[in-house]
Order: sequence, then structure tokens, then C-alpha cells
Amino acid sequence: MNNMKVTVSGELKEYKDGTTLLELVGAENVEMPEYVTASVNDELLGYHEFEKTELKDGDVIEFLYFMGGGCI
Amino acid sequence: MIRLPKKFYGIISDAALKGRPEEICGLMGGTKDGNVREVKEIYILENIDHSNEHFTMDPKEQLKAVKDMREKDIVPLGNFHSHPESPSRPSEEDKRLAYDSEASYMIISLMNENEPVLKSFRIVDNVASEEEIEYI
Repeated sequence: MNNMKVTVSGELKEYKDGTTLLELVGAENVEMPEYVTASVNDELLGYHEFEKTELKDGDVIEFLYFMGGGCI
Repeated sequence: MIRLPKKFYGIISDAALKGRPEEICGLMGGTKDGNVREVKEIYILENIDHSNEHFTMDPKEQLKAVKDMREKDIVPLGNFHSHPESPSRPSEEDKRLAYDSEASYMIISLMNENEPVLKSFRIVDNVASEEEIEYI
């Protein structure tokens, strides 16, 4: 199986072809992934979409934590 | 301790007052040099809850802010939001949703609209402790 190059949080990295977003989250040690939205080439994806999202060569990925709260 | 340019206090308090009755929110980027953390940029983001009791930052604007920080060679330092009608201390919800023990969580209270009170907290394992803000 070949490798692909993807940019994760600004850093160029190599992963095997067919790596899913869920696998990437594990490999990158992303904490509390259920609170994370991923951006793949500027498309925002929720956690429930991570498993079915296969990455491809050249993809640019960012992880964004849910940021919210309240006064109660 | 976190160093905050006075102009950013002005920008945050102005946005918080203008945004009433809703909570406003945003991100802070800056530099870390040992224990010295200095805010270099702030980003007012849309509160997509449009509520006076809750906030959720718009993830699209969050993404833009993260990219801008990277271009400016600064790092995320934390976030801020307003409490229009309550004191500047983290609520139970604020603590529950604070995932990053390294981040500064700032809250500006508008209970005294003539003198909004901004405080900064670190939150670890659901326990908040206030950190000093050094205005520069």
C-alpha cells in the first residue's frame, strides 16, 4: 500500500493511503475527539463523519475544538 | 499570568457592551516564552447560539482565526466570552466544556456597565483558578 502526504494542523505528514479521519484522530492523539470538528480542505465535518471520511493525498486537515459555555 | 495589551481590553469590553443582551465570544492568539504568555491578537467570533446565557463559537470563523494565527506565527492562548448579567467567573457549563488545561479562559462581566470586569482563569479537571492579567 502506498503512502500519501497530508497537511495536519499546518505540518506535512505521511500516512498510508485510505487512512480515515477517525484513524488520523487516533494517530495524532487528538484529545476528546467527540468535541472536535475537522476541517478537510475547508469543509467542516462532525465527529460522526470521521469514520466514513477517507483522506487523500494533498488534503489539508485542521482540528477545531468545540468552544462554548454559558453563564448558568 | 497572561499579558494583555490594554487596547484588547477596550475591544473586548466594547464588543461585549454592543453585543448585549447576547453573550459575545472570541479567541486569543499570542506568544509563549517560558511562563510568559502574551496576547498579540484577538478575534471576535459570532456566537451562533445568539443567547444571553450560552455561547458557541462559529467553527467557520474559528478556522479562519486558526489560519490567521499560523500566518502570523502566533499560537492559540485561549478564549473569552461575556456574562451580560452575571459575575466574571466560570459557570458549571464553562468548566465542563473547558478541554484545554493550558488555555486561558477569560470572562468579562457587564454587571457594572461603566466598568466591565475582565478576569482570566485556568481550568483543570473542572476546577477553575484565577490567573493574573498583566495589562501592558
